[in-house]
Amino acid sequence: MWTRRVWLGLRASAGGRRGFPSKADPQGSRRVTAELIEHLERLALVDFGSQEAVARLEKAIAFADRLRAVDTDGVEPMESVLEDRCLYLRSDNVVEGNCAEELLQNSHHVVEEYFVAPPGMCCPKWLNRLSHSKLRMQ
Amino acid sequence: MATPVLRWCCPGRRWVFAGIGGVSRHGRGVPTGSTSSGKRGQSSVAQQPLITAQKPRKGEREWAAVVGLEIHAQIASNSKLFSGSQVDFAAPPNSLVSFFDASLPGTLPVLNRRCVEAAVMTGLALDCHINRRSLFDRKHYFYADLPAGYQITQQRLPIAVNGSLVYSVCVGKRRSQMVTKTAGVKQIQLEQDSGKSLHDSLRSQTLIDLNRAGVGLLEVVLEPDMSCGEEAAAAIRELQLILQALGTSQANMAEGQLRVDANISVHNPGEPLGVRTEVKNLNSARFLAKAIDYEIQRQINELENGGKILNETRSFDYKLGCTVPMRDKEGKQDYRFMPEPNLPPLLLYDSESLPTGTDPQQVINIDQLREQLPELPRVTREKLVQQYGMLPEHSFALLNEVGLLEFFQNVIKETRAEPKKVTSWVLNTFLGFLKQQNLAVSESPVTPSALAELLDLLDRKAISSSAAKQVFQELWRSKGKTPAQIVAEKKLELMQDAEALEQLCRSTLEAHPQVVTDVKKGNPRAINKLIGLVRRATLGRADPTVIKEVLERQLSL
Repeated sequence: MWTRRVWLGLRASAGGRRGFPSKADPQGSRRVTAELIEHLERLALVDFGSQEAVARLEKAIAFADRLRAVDTDGVEPMESVLEDRCLYLRSDNVVEGNCAEELLQNSHHVVEEYFVAPPGMCCPKWLNRLSHSKLRMQ
Repeated sequence: MATPVLRWCCPGRRWVFAGIGGVSRHGRGVPTGSTSSGKRGQSSVAQQPLITAQKPRKGEREWAAVVGLEIHAQIASNSKLFSGSQVDFAAPPNSLVSFFDASLPGTLPVLNRRCVEAAVMTGLALDCHINRRSLFDRKHYFYADLPAGYQITQQRLPIAVNGSLVYSVCVGKRRSQMVTKTAGVKQIQLEQDSGKSLHDSLRSQTLIDLNRAGVGLLEVVLEPDMSCGEEAAAAIRELQLILQALGTSQANMAEGQLRVDANISVHNPGEPLGVRTEVKNLNSARFLAKAIDYEIQRQINELENGGKILNETRSFDYKLGCTVPMRDKEGKQDYRFMPEPNLPPLLLYDSESLPTGTDPQQVINIDQLREQLPELPRVTREKLVQQYGMLPEHSFALLNEVGLLEFFQNVIKETRAEPKKVTSWVLNTFLGFLKQQNLAVSESPVTPSALAELLDLLDRKAISSSAAKQVFQELWRSKGKTPAQIVAEKKLELMQDAEALEQLCRSTLEAHPQVVTDVKKGNPRAINKLIGLVRRATLGRADPTVIKEVLERQLSL
């Protein structure tokens, strides 16, 4: 059975390595543990409310796994499609800002030119399981 | 059980396990809540060590502490790292925020050239290897003051690596000698600052000001080469001076331009490193050393009492003078680093590799920046020692106060007095007056010219040194008067009439035959009495050394 590090390993970019070769386990178990779901919900503020959502996640992982069919040993990963582009350097001049009124219009709740954060935003507790839908209601 | 003596590798210091040790015997480690123990804790980790005659007995454990630092310095630039909104400390809330800073959809980061130059200059000043190719990444976490939900930083390949920071600490019984130390610089990276969150406790809500969101930061990571609070504070101080000399950051801790996090662990020498804790919120130069020493002591206590150190993040509570656990961590934070998809790699060049026919605005030449580097504090100090023959600690003192070096150099320019005299007057008398009234050099009522004139008078022996001190005091109090004026007003000129002095001495000798006998008998202090009498007779207008000379001659000693 795969460990969750395999899945996360796909996302992390730590040089040229790409997880484990798939040859040994072509149709391995795609089960995603409850622990992983909790972890993802906290990290990405998504709500895997139903078994259907979890199943969809598993299908997505299976889809991405097809990348393993390609042998990438010794191949330098492409980190950015922009790798041949020039990084434009801007001169250090002030050309933006001064639009507080406009920006504040985007927020439901403002107090004297400050944005108001949803309650519990700055306590560590809020990091535990605040789902997307709950956030929208505030 | 007798108080164990704990020794950790601070230059020549012994730390006694006094106050905090007492507290922890009753509980486990951290004194929470109780103010008195907190205060005791503060005093026992004060800068003045409790020096005891005890040597560590056999069987008692010695401890070594290991301190690494992560420093965030706000780059001194007009605009932010990836947007054209202004960088300013005090402005109406959310007025210095562009659409990109507010993370509105459809906005993209555009790198500020000045920030890259600042990073390269800092890397060069710290002897780092500048990576010709560096990359930007996204570090994801949710917090109200981070509108995008991620921070753009350089995790994989930062702009500069492998440098060193050379700093000095005071050692010796009277803390007068300076010893040079080095802390390795692991890396320097460019990253965005977050906004500010203010807690409105009245209405129990958090207010967000994004003025600071997106401001360029230099993160300087120092290797765990420091062993106590004092070393860490000295390293930070030197880094501040370097950044200020380069102009890359104002590095003012009070204004939040320099923020420090410390990674601290303890172990027994010879054994592997212990578990480390991270102490955040060390934003005051004054409390930096205290906080680090407190945490070291806390860890030692904990381990001595058989406890364990958790790999956690702690915060320093200034009021209680102790570190407290900060986050409730269920496992480590997962930042899900990913390459920033909107930014190509950052390429830097040197004179050799500079591509031809390119817009100079669009390329950065490391060699050119190296040539343009301003003089570093270390070099300035060396020059002072060479040129003026002052002690290293004097050169440190001159650079440690804003504007003092310039003041000193202006006095030197205008006076004929010896540099050593100038050094002594500036560092002792002048600085003493400033500190007493808590003034900055720029607020000094005495100008360099005035001091120069005073020192000239002293040099010419127009006044005695005690008279000079009086004049200085008067200069401080009353603006606009010149030293010459004050000398004339208070009649402080030294007697120039040698004959008159001879007369006075002779008459004093005649008037006090008993004292003369004492002197002739060989009583060394008797002559001082005579000198005092003559001085009074001259109304303080004669130099004591000259008086002594004359008296001794007249007494044919």
